[in-house]
Amino acid sequence: MIPTLWYLILAATLFVIGAAGVLLRRNVLIVLMSLELMLNSVTINLLAFGHAQQDLRGQIIAIFVIAITAAEVAVALGILVALLRNKHTLEVDELTILKG
Amino acid sequence: MEREFFLLLSGVATISGLLVVVARNPIHSALALVACLVQIAAIYILLGAPFLAVIQIFVYVGAVMVLFLFVIMMLDVRKEAQTRYLRGAAWPGVIVLLLLAAELFALLIQSTRLHAVMGPGQPISQQPSVEDLSLLLFQDFLLPFEVASVILLVALVGAVVLARTDDKTAGVSADRSQQRGRQ
Repeated sequence: MIPTLWYLILAATLFVIGAAGVLLRRNVLIVLMSLELMLNSVTINLLAFGHAQQDLRGQIIAIFVIAITAAEVAVALGILVALLRNKHTLEVDELTILKG
Repeated sequence: MEREFFLLLSGVATISGLLVVVARNPIHSALALVACLVQIAAIYILLGAPFLAVIQIFVYVGAVMVLFLFVIMMLDVRKEAQTRYLRGAAWPGVIVLLLLAAELFALLIQSTRLHAVMGPGQPISQQPSVEDLSLLLFQDFLLPFEVASVILLVALVGAVVLARTDDKTAGVSADRSQQRGRQ
């Protein structure tokens, strides 16, 4: 029997690591992968609480999170390919097209 | 025995998660992310969700990470490995991260209401079956399920529209090059 707190600590650790990737790295691909890591840590939280309460709705929400993540990755990589075609850079600091 | 498995899996997941952020080469961090996602799938099995573990491996490792690897292979990775690694002004980000970590762990360890919600923890043997899960998904959550499928369709069309080359401009430039060739 594993205490729920252990799962939550693991999820918090992975979330902080993913946030470090989003905030500190310059490569857009690494930023997207760190985002995936953060989404997975949140899913661990959902499943841990669902397991602790013996409630299946945690798993249902996790299924939806995974489906929406797949959609998000497809759109994000499409934007990335279009961006590479036009700007020829992958560094987040140089992508300032939206700045007024 | 369960605790040893959990400690092993979470240790490997944390180390490979760190590798995702630390590695210079994007291919290395993609492979580290694959390792991390497989560990997380095993943790889902410990949490009594074998169906989600399979979904995790199919969708994340099978589809999402292969998509990432394709995009990485389309780029020039060697040039990327030589560029500057961190952002210029990293100190505000580090401070925000330290605050985030302190807040999360203080909340986890000290909050009594959270501990009341968590309960003592359940043994793994009490697993709900996949049949229960599918009944709940297709009875109570049928509308969100359909909405999710529509969102997937929209994302599919959006990705195709974003990633294709613009036909008009491509056709015009092709015509021009043909005219130049004739001249």
